[in-house]
Amino acid sequence: MSETSFIEEEVVTKNKTPMTHGAGSRDTTGTTLAGFRPAEDLIPSKVGTQTAEDMIIPGVEDVVEESLGGHKPHGSDPVSDQTMILNMGPQHPSTHGVLRLVIEVDGETIVSLAPDIGYLHTGIEKTCEAKFYQQVVPLTDRIDYLCPMTNNTAYALAVEKLLQLEIPERAQYLRVLFNELTRIQSHLVWLGTHAMDIGALTVFLYCFREREELMRIFEAVSGQRMMTSYVRVGGVSLEPPIDLFKTIRSFLKTFPSKIEEYEGLLQNNPIWISRLKGVGYISAADAIALGVTGPPLRASGVDFDVRRDMPYSGYEKFKFNVPVSNDGDVWARYILRMQEMRESVSICLQALDGLPEGRITADAPKIILPDREQMKTQMESLIHHFKIVTEGFQVPAGEVTSSVEAPHGMMNYYVVSDGTAKPYRVHMRNADYSNLQALETMCKGKLIADVVAIIGSIDIVLGAIDR
Amino acid sequence: MDPIANPATPEAAFGVEAVKLALADHAASNAAINALEPFMTDAKWDRGELTLTVAPETIVDASNAAKAAGYNFFEDLTAVDWYPTEPRFQVSYSLLSHTFKQRLRVVARVAEGESIASITGVWPAANFYEREVFDLFGVNFTGHPRLTRIMMPDNWNGHPLRKDYPVEGYR
Repeated sequence: MSETSFIEEEVVTKNKTPMTHGAGSRDTTGTTLAGFRPAEDLIPSKVGTQTAEDMIIPGVEDVVEESLGGHKPHGSDPVSDQTMILNMGPQHPSTHGVLRLVIEVDGETIVSLAPDIGYLHTGIEKTCEAKFYQQVVPLTDRIDYLCPMTNNTAYALAVEKLLQLEIPERAQYLRVLFNELTRIQSHLVWLGTHAMDIGALTVFLYCFREREELMRIFEAVSGQRMMTSYVRVGGVSLEPPIDLFKTIRSFLKTFPSKIEEYEGLLQNNPIWISRLKGVGYISAADAIALGVTGPPLRASGVDFDVRRDMPYSGYEKFKFNVPVSNDGDVWARYILRMQEMRESVSICLQALDGLPEGRITADAPKIILPDREQMKTQMESLIHHFKIVTEGFQVPAGEVTSSVEAPHGMMNYYVVSDGTAKPYRVHMRNADYSNLQALETMCKGKLIADVVAIIGSIDIVLGAIDR
Repeated sequence: MDPIANPATPEAAFGVEAVKLALADHAASNAAINALEPFMTDAKWDRGELTLTVAPETIVDASNAAKAAGYNFFEDLTAVDWYPTEPRFQVSYSLLSHTFKQRLRVVARVAEGESIASITGVWPAANFYEREVFDLFGVNFTGHPRLTRIMMPDNWNGHPLRKDYPVEGYR
């Protein structure tokens, strides 16, 4: 094929992309441009039939070895026969933290890709084993630092399951309310950074404007903007201030129009469409095999949401839709998260409308710190306070898993107790860790620039991956 | 009754026969129990969670059986160090069924120096999780495509999540 016909073909595909929609318009420019890899490798149906071995994400050494070992894709031209190793990160602005990728490229096409993680490993799981059960709560904030309330809830649910504690309905509603506000907050950070990676800086500023309002709400309720530690074992830590619900309501009232504002900036933007549509495809079968959860799984057509299918914290009392798409590409994930924000607004409103009166903590004086007022007037409360602070509370032996739907996907806490006041083992399963494993399957055969779009679309936080 | 000394909930059941009896009309759990029957050495039903213990050499067969029984999604793999009890490591696999909407924990006990087969052939998602357990506990997974450290630096000494590894590290 001559040089000119290549360019013509390229122009035709580029022009076509914004106008055609759906599965037929998958962008395979990456392959045809380089002309190195047969295009049938990238047909979604073929990608879906990969064996387990093909799907395993390689290590950094594998990628380097493969390239040095004279990987010969085709032909006899000595220059084009060689693949190149490209290092991305850990200080790369669009890798959302300290993710390092080692990429083998053939021209500009991705041949293989290996993530190198652990730069943010702080040994939180080990630290948990040396703390009392209630002291673990602030550590959980720091795992997925974009959704502290969700982390707190997952941990609290696990310990409450071990203790077999009944949580009052008001506390459950408050948990749902703040979990959904956290989801909106996390999705705003995702949208802002994702759009910024692709070159739309304005959206970032718009998103952070709304996020600031949410941060103020979190500060009002917990005293902290980010590391809230608001949800505790046995309930929530504080009764929200009197006018806070009014503030939340006014935020929820204006927020849907703000979502439309973001969509006005992005939805019909030809650059946004051509960068997102058909990029980063993963089939439902591959997504399940690779442990993908959350919005990327639902964007591939698997209708599973922990909130609806295995309800926790009273989610069964709320009515909401779970958006699902069959396209499986970056665009589908974008559409899906925008819908999720709208659903979250509706759940928050239901939580505010239905918020019952009553206690915000379980009736368990040996586990929950007493009121300051009671402590100063009742001997019994003072003793409980002293005991909880100095020696913690014992938790019956056993092992439990709690599972919540975090903004990034399914978040599980596995807590093992040996009957003492300190957890024997705490393990966090975060969606980010397994979603990262699907990165290679999504990126193969695409261009380097697409990697940035795909990382944005799986929405990872390195704090949750490295722990 | 003191809940600390007697941790089990009233509906808890321990041992294969007791669990079978307790869950006679629980379809999702029965599917798992029947599928894993040939590999099971122990079973537990506690706090609404089913834990099945299998012999470590049968883990790949057990995983395939669980997958065939509807537990299609691999969620999590981690270990618990029960030092100084032997066998020391409890490797916990967490599986989820999208159809039953039910979770299953498969557990295998591995002694120090022993290894357990990798299940990356059944679920490629296990790749990072096995590397993590290898890195932080020193449990060896045979058949893993490249079992290297994932969190700690490559030249690190020891396995931090072991119970005989001090919380603040060696000085």
